[in-house]
Amino acid sequence: MTNKIRTLDDLRRIREASTDLTSARSKGRASIVVGMGTCGIAAGAREVMTAALQELEKRNIHDVSVTTTGCIGMCQQEPLVDVIAPGMGRITYGLVTPEDMAAIVAEHIVNGHIVERLVIGRAD
Amino acid sequence: MPIFRSHILVCGGTGCSSSGSQDVQKVLRDEIAKRNLDKEILVVQTGCHGMCEMGPIVVVYPEGTFYCRVQASDVPELVGEHIVKGRPVQRLLYSVPEDASRVPFYKDIPFYGKQHRIALKNCGYINPDNIEEYIARGGYEGLGKALTSMTSAQVIDEVKASGLRGRGGGGFPTGLKWSFAAKSPGPKKYVICNADEGDPGAFMDRSLIEGDPHAIIEGMMIGAYAIGADEGYVYCRAEYPLAIERLKTAIAQAEEFGLMGTDVLGTGFNFTLHIKEGAGAFVCGEETALMGSIEGRRGMPMPRPPFPAVHGLWGKPTNINNVETWANVAQIIVNGGAWYASMGTEKSKGTKVFALTGKVKHTGLVEVPMGITLREIIFDIGGGILNDRKFKAVQIGGPSGGCLTEEHLDLPVSYESLTGAGAIMGSGGMVVMDEDNCMVDVAKFFLEFTQRESCGKCVPCREGTKHMLLLLEKITSGRGTMEDISTLEQLAEMVREMSLCGLGQTAPNPVITTLRYFRDEYEAHIRDKRCPSHACTALLRYEIDPETCKRCGLCAKNCPVSCISGSRQEPYRIDQEKCIRCGTCFQKCPFGAIGKN
Repeated sequence: MTNKIRTLDDLRRIREASTDLTSARSKGRASIVVGMGTCGIAAGAREVMTAALQELEKRNIHDVSVTTTGCIGMCQQEPLVDVIAPGMGRITYGLVTPEDMAAIVAEHIVNGHIVERLVIGRAD
Repeated sequence: MPIFRSHILVCGGTGCSSSGSQDVQKVLRDEIAKRNLDKEILVVQTGCHGMCEMGPIVVVYPEGTFYCRVQASDVPELVGEHIVKGRPVQRLLYSVPEDASRVPFYKDIPFYGKQHRIALKNCGYINPDNIEEYIARGGYEGLGKALTSMTSAQVIDEVKASGLRGRGGGGFPTGLKWSFAAKSPGPKKYVICNADEGDPGAFMDRSLIEGDPHAIIEGMMIGAYAIGADEGYVYCRAEYPLAIERLKTAIAQAEEFGLMGTDVLGTGFNFTLHIKEGAGAFVCGEETALMGSIEGRRGMPMPRPPFPAVHGLWGKPTNINNVETWANVAQIIVNGGAWYASMGTEKSKGTKVFALTGKVKHTGLVEVPMGITLREIIFDIGGGILNDRKFKAVQIGGPSGGCLTEEHLDLPVSYESLTGAGAIMGSGGMVVMDEDNCMVDVAKFFLEFTQRESCGKCVPCREGTKHMLLLLEKITSGRGTMEDISTLEQLAEMVREMSLCGLGQTAPNPVITTLRYFRDEYEAHIRDKRCPSHACTALLRYEIDPETCKRCGLCAKNCPVSCISGSRQEPYRIDQEKCIRCGTCFQKCPFGAIGKN
């Protein structure tokens, strides 16, 4: 039995490993919001979202939430992705491809650098 | 581990299950699989959220969107709109009764606004059937801390410092109780969890076990370590099959993980836990009767002393606490007694779970800090009286409790204040009544319950409650005399003073408090042969006003005993001799021509 808890350290280890079980039930330190209106889906938002999840999984990041939102009226810029990270406000990226998404996770979420070439809007 | 971007929590408590949450869950899983979302969306079954009336409840995280009364047929829309397109389904959101505005998020709902959840911390948030989720929330840290870094005396001191008192109703200081059992000599001791929740309307113990069984187990193990016990029993009524099921799963998981059994955490501490299913006798909630029932005898109370701490289960020192008391223990050990004592009033510390029912807009389970006022519970959390009628009384403490009135609304809730006003904390049942409730009838209802549940061992309880009930029946049927009131008072005092156990000692409380605060209603029943709230059918009289009557004949057509006569020419009238006062004519008359008196 691999999960047998014999010491307090074992318990802590299981706790550590288990935090991911419920981490999606809190907002997390940052969030990625993918526009998934009909326009977004048609422009490939589905693939962008999958890319975001894969990139987070690859990097073993569990405290970033990924949610969807409806059309915000800028359909020609879809797929639209908002990233909200502490101290950097809400950044809206436009015409995001799955490859861009991976870069956004790496740069914006991990390194704290906004991917300027894709930015189409900012808000606090 | 794959990343799930969203968790959909479906309540699997008894309340939501009976309103269809199991179907919702099944359809939801199918729908998620059908749309190939099962790699990124996780469906989790949780325990009770407390707002059972709004069930089945579904919460979507990370946003924390709170959906009410979700049916299986709503699922495709919920997945298609919210999960795929990120648009919350407005019509399923919680709606504020005052202005029908929609509140999307869990945290913003007024029902939860004033609550402070400690015992209910994990209820509705974790999957009770998964020990890892409990551990992720800091579960078994309290046990670990107690076993590895505290002596049993330190554990008892910490619980004493917290000011935690018995949540089953007695309010005896928990730390002190533990110290008695700890002092009793002997190699074999027991801990017992009293989950024989029998008060009509109270269901916090059930929800706690269903929603967070490991918290109870952890609390019991800490208690066992403190008093030197190695074996425990959960005495749970058989009417709670789901609670028993979840508890069994939890015990099996704790054993599998090595958190229960021999040499727990390598400290040499051993513990085994059994479940004893009770047959549902109210008196078995009394600790000596409960132990008798575990031993296989008939559930009847024994005179104390000897107290269970000295001579308990099978004659061994035993410590019994209620479910809610145990649920608080682990967090007290983790966060310290001072943390717990920082909440509440001077003598009543921490929080208490109440089961709010009756004529309030939001019924359900609420956990509030001690010292909160009844007004805050009933009007802020409960949303006020149903149909905006007038508040009349609140019955606190179940059948052994008492009725409090409007003048008590600003009373800060604590063990002392409630007892002082004539009610008791009890297990925390809170039945709200409006002007349509007859207080004599209410007293009769609760006395009927205790009378039926009296075990019959001692005369005052067996005979006293019977005669009190007969007197109440006499009064509500209009045959009472003024002398009956004083006889009732005498009997109530006698039963209270002379009964053997808590059941009898508290059974007269509803009568005593209604006599104290609503004496005029008793007098109206006797002197005027009238029930001011129009609730006692024997004293009701329906009459048709010949002026308002349009002679449509609807009343006569619907009367089940054909006691209404009349014609197009003659106004209709009711034959009072034959009338059974069912009220059908009153409801059917489209012109309001029938009066109730």
